Amino acid sequence: MNRFAELLDRLAYEPGRNNKLRLLQGYFREVGDPDRGYALAALTGALSFKHAKPVLIRDLIASRTDEVLFGLSYDYVGDLSETVALMWPKAVLPAHNNPPPPTLTEVVTTLRTLGKTELPKQLERWLDELDETGRWALLKLVTGAMRIGISARLAKTAAAALGDKDPHEVELLWPGLSPPYLDLFAWLEGRAEKPVNRDPAPFRPVMLAHAIEDSDFASLDPADYIAEWKWDGIRVQAVAGRDEHGQITARLYSRTGEDITGSFPDLVPSLRLPGAIDGELLILREGRVQSFNVLQQRLNRKIVSPKLIKDFPIHLRAYDLLGDDENDLRELPFAERRERLETFIGKLDDPRLDLSPTIPFASWDALTAARADPASAGAGEDADAVEGVMLKRRDAPYLPGRPKGQWWKWKRDPHIIDAVLMYAQRGHGKRSSYYSDYTFGVWTETDNGEELVPVGKAYFGFTDEELLQIDRFVRRNTTEKFGPVRHVVHEGDKGLVLEVAFEGLQRSPRHKSGVAMRFPRISRLRWDKPPREADRLETLEKMLKADESLPTIKVAASADGH
Amino acid sequence: MTIMRPQDILLPTADGLCCKPGGFHIDPIRPVERALITHGHSDHARAGHGAVLATQETLDMMRLRYGENFAGSTQVISYGEELRLGDVKVKFRPAGHVLGSAQIAVTAKDTCIVASGDYKDAPDPTCAPFELVPCDVFITEATFGLPVFRHGDAALEVKKLLASVALFPERAHLVGAYSLGKAQRVIALLRKAGYDAPIYLHGAMEKITAYYQSRGIDLGELRPAMGMKKAALAGTITLAPPSATSDIWARRFPDPVTAFASGWMRVRARARQGGVELPLVISDHADWDGLTATIAATGAGEIWVTHGQEDALVHWCKTQGLRARPLDLVGYGDEEESEPQPRSEAEA
Ligand SMILES: [Zn+2]
Ligand SMILES: [Zn+2]
Repeated sequence: MNRFAELLDRLAYEPGRNNKLRLLQGYFREVGDPDRGYALAALTGALSFKHAKPVLIRDLIASRTDEVLFGLSYDYVGDLSETVALMWPKAVLPAHNNPPPPTLTEVVTTLRTLGKTELPKQLERWLDELDETGRWALLKLVTGAMRIGISARLAKTAAAALGDKDPHEVELLWPGLSPPYLDLFAWLEGRAEKPVNRDPAPFRPVMLAHAIEDSDFASLDPADYIAEWKWDGIRVQAVAGRDEHGQITARLYSRTGEDITGSFPDLVPSLRLPGAIDGELLILREGRVQSFNVLQQRLNRKIVSPKLIKDFPIHLRAYDLLGDDENDLRELPFAERRERLETFIGKLDDPRLDLSPTIPFASWDALTAARADPASAGAGEDADAVEGVMLKRRDAPYLPGRPKGQWWKWKRDPHIIDAVLMYAQRGHGKRSSYYSDYTFGVWTETDNGEELVPVGKAYFGFTDEELLQIDRFVRRNTTEKFGPVRHVVHEGDKGLVLEVAFEGLQRSPRHKSGVAMRFPRISRLRWDKPPREADRLETLEKMLKADESLPTIKVAASADGH
Repeated sequence: MTIMRPQDILLPTADGLCCKPGGFHIDPIRPVERALITHGHSDHARAGHGAVLATQETLDMMRLRYGENFAGSTQVISYGEELRLGDVKVKFRPAGHVLGSAQIAVTAKDTCIVASGDYKDAPDPTCAPFELVPCDVFITEATFGLPVFRHGDAALEVKKLLASVALFPERAHLVGAYSLGKAQRVIALLRKAGYDAPIYLHGAMEKITAYYQSRGIDLGELRPAMGMKKAALAGTITLAPPSATSDIWARRFPDPVTAFASGWMRVRARARQGGVELPLVISDHADWDGLTATIAATGAGEIWVTHGQEDALVHWCKTQGLRARPLDLVGYGDEEESEPQPRSEAEA
């Protein structure tokens, strides 16, 4: 456990992807089975056990330490698990009687079977046996709060590198594997054959799209792409397959691979042909797609009652076909998969499933027009549920993750404003010698006249070249320094205007401006624009009103937006 | 005959801790007539006093920093030597903090007060080990006066650094460390761990490190980082003042791993705030266990707590049945925060 904790600790501080990979590979190489398998499971989110509640951790520390000292420490550290890990006073044991710290395997397998009442005593024993970092990792693991800044994909990539395999190969196998992945590591180390997937209805890792920028179009040929609507629902994968008795098993997965079949029993009977569909979950009433708000009302329910099923009839709109009966179609070009999908949906002939129509277009101008007015470009009465346009390369195979240049999403009405750079802060890791975190503001009328009010912070979106330019600008135009923060000149005729793109707005009493941006990023540097011509708070308020007529609450199943 | 209360012997004033019956101040923050200095860190050892009494090393360090005329006159005192000043006797004893650092024991009649300055009870190959001085009143620092600060074995942190150097041979390792004391201790620990390659130094720490060597502390081969080709710094270790590791200066290193040797690195948020990639928990101050163990061992019935987390330590003392109070002394910080930005190489 201490070695795994050391890895997590180091990963948490390391900003570079390649360096993270090296740390992971070093770990997989150095640590044997089954510990490394459970580590891989922990890093890919494949472990499941009942998480301990924070109150349990608080009770444990209260039994060992002074309340005032704990309070002062917690205030200082700001994180419960970390505070407890650092200040945990070990029980005094006779020197010859120090049990060795638990292995990760021991922790994971014990947690799986441990009864609720036995948990506190067990945790206490482990806390006594581990060092500071070990205790921190243990508490993060048992409370389910392990956030270490690496993706499941990266962990699998590191494992694949152990056997010089393409990570894609591991992704394809993954759904059939389970911790501690002895068969996977045996294959990667050349000690055994490639494992076979025996699950009749496995999840396939999802392919995602990049947001397209205006500047991307110049290098893209419309003839290479198929366009379709981006629906405002929930991206899912519907899989059906035959088990060894020839019976059909059907499952519905979220885009992260979570099995959500239980929430949509009404869709299961429709999945009666073996195959794997990539599509969007929607609510249809009298053939019309309902808003995301309506879908939301069905998602938030714990119990799926017959009334709920009747009031919120579920529907699957199909985008892609990943498997057709026994055949894996993922290596085929999208244009061919689309044809197979059309045949498949036709054969199924089920009112709960339909095809997501493609949008005919000959030029980017034509597509721009369609995107601006989906109703007259084929979406008809469902236009309100259109979030934008998807562009998929005709020849793209179905690749897990977000491969470059294959799929693009082009949302309607991207939010863009011109704001003025106000403060800059040093970045982290590789960027620590650059001022790369920017606070920007817009104009508003106050008692003191026209003033800039901060509306957000962004630390990406710019190119390396632009970073150098801004860094230079910050250093030369600093008006005040506060620790790592510099105040940068921001007056009507002096300062830097940043074009900021963002995903949406929310009201926020915590911000002086009253609004908070979601995912702001610097989309352009407006050296040409004097600060006084930057946007005003009123513009944001207008956008906010428009946003509020749209749903803002997201569900876990569509983590990066639908 | 009147009974002497501790506060009649030592009293916190705006200038620092003042001993009226002895006619001196300890580590004064403003120029005074007569100053006793515990150690060479800039927040304790300031220029401009009339007369300064300190260990040879502390006086040398002040000379190095402020030049020959840093005080009207100076007087050397060795560890263990006793001196009468006015109505009190003073004795300097090793504090284990940095080279030449001392606790100052002030005795008037039968009452002994120990002003311990900054101290640590952990081993350090670059200075004399902390010596316990039994006393009636113990004045302790509280830089790491919270139970979350437990520094652990510094040798293990150095092992962590060496493991990282082995894993990333094509990258440079840049270790932020306070120029006086911490840097030399880290180098000595690296040598102890068997690392015998040349170690590189930021220009701002060359002088003080050379001074350590002149006092017979073996630090192996040291080289200036200045003027090195970028590629030649791959796989090497460089020591630099903490602020330099995030400055333009750091751009001369190939894909540097930014490490920082400090007791603050125990707390993640603190380490992340500074953009540190490899936090090394190495401190020249006592940790919580060190502070509490030392307080108990002095046998003092009254504890005065200065710079740092006074509240927690005062609370702890009270739970142990000791009289305790925070001393309101201003002007002392932890060294890492008070170190001025090195300019010499920054613009190069
Ligand atoms: Zn000091
Ligand atoms: Zn100090």
